[in-house]
Amino acid sequence: MTITSVPLPAQGVAPQDLAELGLRESATFDRATIADIQRAAATGVYDIRGWGAKRKVPHFDDLLFLGASMSRYPLEGYREKCDPDVVLGDRHATRPLHLQTPVTIAGMSFGALSANAKEALGRGASEVGTSTTTGDGGMTPEERGQSKHLVYQYLPSRYGMNPDDLRKADAIEIVLGQGAKPGGGGMLLGQKITERVAGMRTLPVGIDQRSASRHPDWTGPDDLEIKIGELREITDWKTPIYVKIGASRPYYDTALAVKSGADVVVVDGMQGGTAATQQVFIENVGIPTLAAIPQAVQALQELGVHRKVQLIVSGGIRTGADVAKAMALGADAVAIGTAALIALGDNDPRYAAEYSALGSAAGFYDDFQDGRDPAGITTQDPELSSRLDPVAAGKRLANYLRVLTMEAQTIARACGKSHLHNLEPEDLVALTIEASAMARVPLAGTSWIPGQGSF
Amino acid sequence: MVTLTAPEVPTVDALTDTTVDLGVSSVRELNQAIHNAVDGQSWTVTNPGGKHSLAVGIDADINVAIEGHAGYYAAGMHQKGNVTINGNAGVGLAENIMSGRVHVTGDASQSAAATGHGGLVVIDGNAGARCGISMKGVDIVVGGNIGHMSAFMAQAGRLVVCGDAGDALGDSIYEARLYVKGTVASLGADCIEKPLREEHLAELAELLAAAGRTDNPAEFKRYGSARNLYHFHVDNSTSY
Repeated sequence: MTITSVPLPAQGVAPQDLAELGLRESATFDRATIADIQRAAATGVYDIRGWGAKRKVPHFDDLLFLGASMSRYPLEGYREKCDPDVVLGDRHATRPLHLQTPVTIAGMSFGALSANAKEALGRGASEVGTSTTTGDGGMTPEERGQSKHLVYQYLPSRYGMNPDDLRKADAIEIVLGQGAKPGGGGMLLGQKITERVAGMRTLPVGIDQRSASRHPDWTGPDDLEIKIGELREITDWKTPIYVKIGASRPYYDTALAVKSGADVVVVDGMQGGTAATQQVFIENVGIPTLAAIPQAVQALQELGVHRKVQLIVSGGIRTGADVAKAMALGADAVAIGTAALIALGDNDPRYAAEYSALGSAAGFYDDFQDGRDPAGITTQDPELSSRLDPVAAGKRLANYLRVLTMEAQTIARACGKSHLHNLEPEDLVALTIEASAMARVPLAGTSWIPGQGSF
Repeated sequence: MVTLTAPEVPTVDALTDTTVDLGVSSVRELNQAIHNAVDGQSWTVTNPGGKHSLAVGIDADINVAIEGHAGYYAAGMHQKGNVTINGNAGVGLAENIMSGRVHVTGDASQSAAATGHGGLVVIDGNAGARCGISMKGVDIVVGGNIGHMSAFMAQAGRLVVCGDAGDALGDSIYEARLYVKGTVASLGADCIEKPLREEHLAELAELLAAAGRTDNPAEFKRYGSARNLYHFHVDNSTSY
């Protein structure tokens, strides 16, 4: 959020002096909360913003790896192989994806993002042999052209959905929800509904788009099974079909996705980003990524399909350590969205003055719905979009993806694993009781996992 | 390979009429065969038995006649040619149709022609709930009644109903045009009755003729968007 809609306070005491003056900030009514109330009172409309949950939740930071020593052999760094590749969708599809890194790019729409940003994502992903994903707004020729592996999202709105693009897709992702807003539909405000975006979505130019949150022609897992059957028939059983869920009840949702015939299940935790959603929704609906993974893995294991129906996890993946931790907990691959945008140039301090002019700051900017992104990523403004060089930004993303992969390999070798998929929960311990209970790995230095029988 | 009651191998003869008996062949075999079809071919499907996903993803100018009832998603994502169902159709008939024509002689279940981008869907009987939901350019002509929440979030295209419409017709509608001859149980949020002008009578006459109907266009009423919900506004909060 920004404070542009509320009169700016007069410049007063510098923040560092406040404590010295003996002023005490309320933990309940902190400054961000006060600003939220003031903004609501001034405008009468809820706050809509981008990004995922900003509140602090138990996360991968609360886990540590147990490296090899006496009882486990490590692999030699730079000499012994630790493969990172992954095959996605070989349960039913005759043309599964074979990616060279388990780090994929999450679904983000042309509309939410500029054409240059979408092209950069395609370039970066293709350079390292991974996939990128469309969003709520159809497939652009630029995106298809620049993406070696392109996942085509099948959303409730069906904006731009057509069988030609469906057949061109390397995989189809049926979206039931996303971590930032499980139970919510898409949203794109008028500032970004340009002529091209409106044309692709069959909407009037400049309106505030209200997407549906339920699919128009199926409800529940029994219908979904028939729907998946239809998509397989249209694509002659070649194309892998993913089912993406926002993490809320991942144990049941994963089991039902498997039952419905999914090749791949995508679970997005509450830290996963959005281009535009009510802040109250982002911060208060859904569960952390850390809590979602073991529940999804348990469902897959109980059905005997772990590693056969692949699990992609997203929501707050930032480092190779996060990648390795997600995989050790049982994920086959991960997806990044927010981190990928940052790699392209989002929240770059070089635009500090412009972020300030928008009432935000580099590192805090989340008004993706406004379409005024100084970095040219979450905008449809031609002048702003032109600031993002898709070749250079694609190169930065490729660099970042390589770093994530190499970092994950570094950790896996230290744990004695010759493939990232050989990482396992036994390699992990938790730093906090909360993380231990959620991730179902012992509290460091103990054999205690809260909620797993003994105490 | 399809098990065929007529020629063993589908030929490229434009005059070929191939019969596929779904009591013998599988839906997969049927769909693979019509995906391999070329313009001008005709197919007759017997014993459909309410099976799902019949004749989906057609991308050639062919004629397919289904002799009996179809299940979910019959003629889904239809792109070219004609599909006729001499019977009833299940959920999601001709969902996301792009162009071409789909005709059901009986009734259609809910979400008929959902999200259709173009083409014509004709239902001689009744259609269930959510007929034309999120329609994006398709034309739909229903001889009988339609169920509740029809034309929900309808973006573009025309829906013609020769009978009555259920509750919440055209809720959150965008730019689609709705024509109903009978009664409307209730209109959804932001959907209003609009004047039936000359250009509307003309397009209605065209649509009725295309569907092979003889109804009098002057007896219809037109409904469309009040366009009050196009922008988020605090005064509309009770409509959201």
